[in-house]
Amino acid sequence: MNRLTNPLGTSVGKKLMMAVTGLGFCCFLTIHLAGNLTIYGGKDFFNSYVEHLHSLGPLVTLAELGLLVFAAIHIMTGALLFYQSLKARPIRYSVNKRAGGRTLGSATMPYTGFILLLFVIFHLINFHFVDKTNITTFQLLSNAFANPVYIFIYTVAVIIAAIHVSHGLWSAFQTLGANHPKYTPFLRGLSIVFSVVVGIGFGFIPVYVFLLL
Amino acid sequence: MTKSINITLKVWRQKGPHVKSGFETYPATDISTDMSFLEMIDVVNEQLTLDGKDPIAFDHDCREGICGMCGAVINGRSHGPEKGTTLCQFHMRHFSNGDTIVIEPWRAKAFPIIKDLVVDRSAFDQIILAGGYISVNTGGAPDANSIPIAQEIAELAMDAAACIGCGACVAACPNASAMLFTSAKISQLALLPQGRLEAANRALAMVRKMDELCFGNCSNERECEAECPKEISISNIARLNREFIKAGLVSSVK
Repeated sequence: MNRLTNPLGTSVGKKLMMAVTGLGFCCFLTIHLAGNLTIYGGKDFFNSYVEHLHSLGPLVTLAELGLLVFAAIHIMTGALLFYQSLKARPIRYSVNKRAGGRTLGSATMPYTGFILLLFVIFHLINFHFVDKTNITTFQLLSNAFANPVYIFIYTVAVIIAAIHVSHGLWSAFQTLGANHPKYTPFLRGLSIVFSVVVGIGFGFIPVYVFLLL
Repeated sequence: MTKSINITLKVWRQKGPHVKSGFETYPATDISTDMSFLEMIDVVNEQLTLDGKDPIAFDHDCREGICGMCGAVINGRSHGPEKGTTLCQFHMRHFSNGDTIVIEPWRAKAFPIIKDLVVDRSAFDQIILAGGYISVNTGGAPDANSIPIAQEIAELAMDAAACIGCGACVAACPNASAMLFTSAKISQLALLPQGRLEAANRALAMVRKMDELCFGNCSNERECEAECPKEISISNIARLNREFIKAGLVSSVK
């Protein structure tokens, strides 16, 4: 076991775990978004999507457990990497200037990540850990987004998620060693496109639900 | 046309390791814009010496951009704001009359300050000692061209070997990570057949040593490649990652 865990415990190993789990979350975001877009097909279409999804039973539980494990790895490793990197420069510069490498996404990864963690907890409390026996998921949604405060929180969170993945997606490929003169510029572009798709795709759902009321 | 400018320097002054220190302000008058940045400090130091003060300590050697000795953070930019230049090759013509220039040493836990702008970069030597070499048994020297190497590969290895070990990548990295340096040293050997033999051991040993020396963690900020005076690409970091995955997760090397 040591011979496997030792490499994973190094800085590069920890980054690999961040990359693999992060890519997992990008896949999850894609599936989650694809499912959520059924809202534009109307109330019944959306509710039937939710029913179909939940009829998968143990498969859903398995996916949830997988996501939970991924989240635990991503959060704990990320926190450790952040702490170690802070410690690596005990005296900061008095003048900080970017040379052109840093982006909004890359500079804010630990902070956007932390806010996303809080948001995910908030989101799960609102839509996952609720009694759904007498209420459809759509009703749950329209009840929540009747409140402008919820719309505001969700919009901000979605923008933060978009900023996080704008760096995360291409960065994961770089960490996994996938850097190529032909494909890396494409991947960097794809990261931006993906973050815009995530931002707009999720971001308009609360507004749309609010307007439907 | 030679022009002269008057500027103000805010320089980090530190008498020795772990000594309470801070910025001092000095005027630099009548500085020719044809001077290099280090020549400007030389002029300031002459005046400081005449005034009976301690001159500003800074590292330098060849002053032609190839040795990797010089380096300081100028207004928040490693080796100054010019792309692909060392501090000695950075000229005063990039400043205007009346400018204030803040000069700080490389800041990283792994690079302790010796005095003023001089930092101890022997951590880099320790990373090299951990595996940045090939083992060659004694005997007759083999013919230089006995192993064919493709031109593109040789060029990539040379691009990585251009690293002068100045430490600007660590200084510029928001995380004070030494990944660009380590990846250049791993790449220059991993790309060539002579270096392949020990590639797995090398990747593991050099990364472990890098961590042990308290460098930060790479988060692909790309500041290092933007500041590197030799413009070493982060594609080398991806190669390090590949070498590490192969060595750590695929090979049987400990």
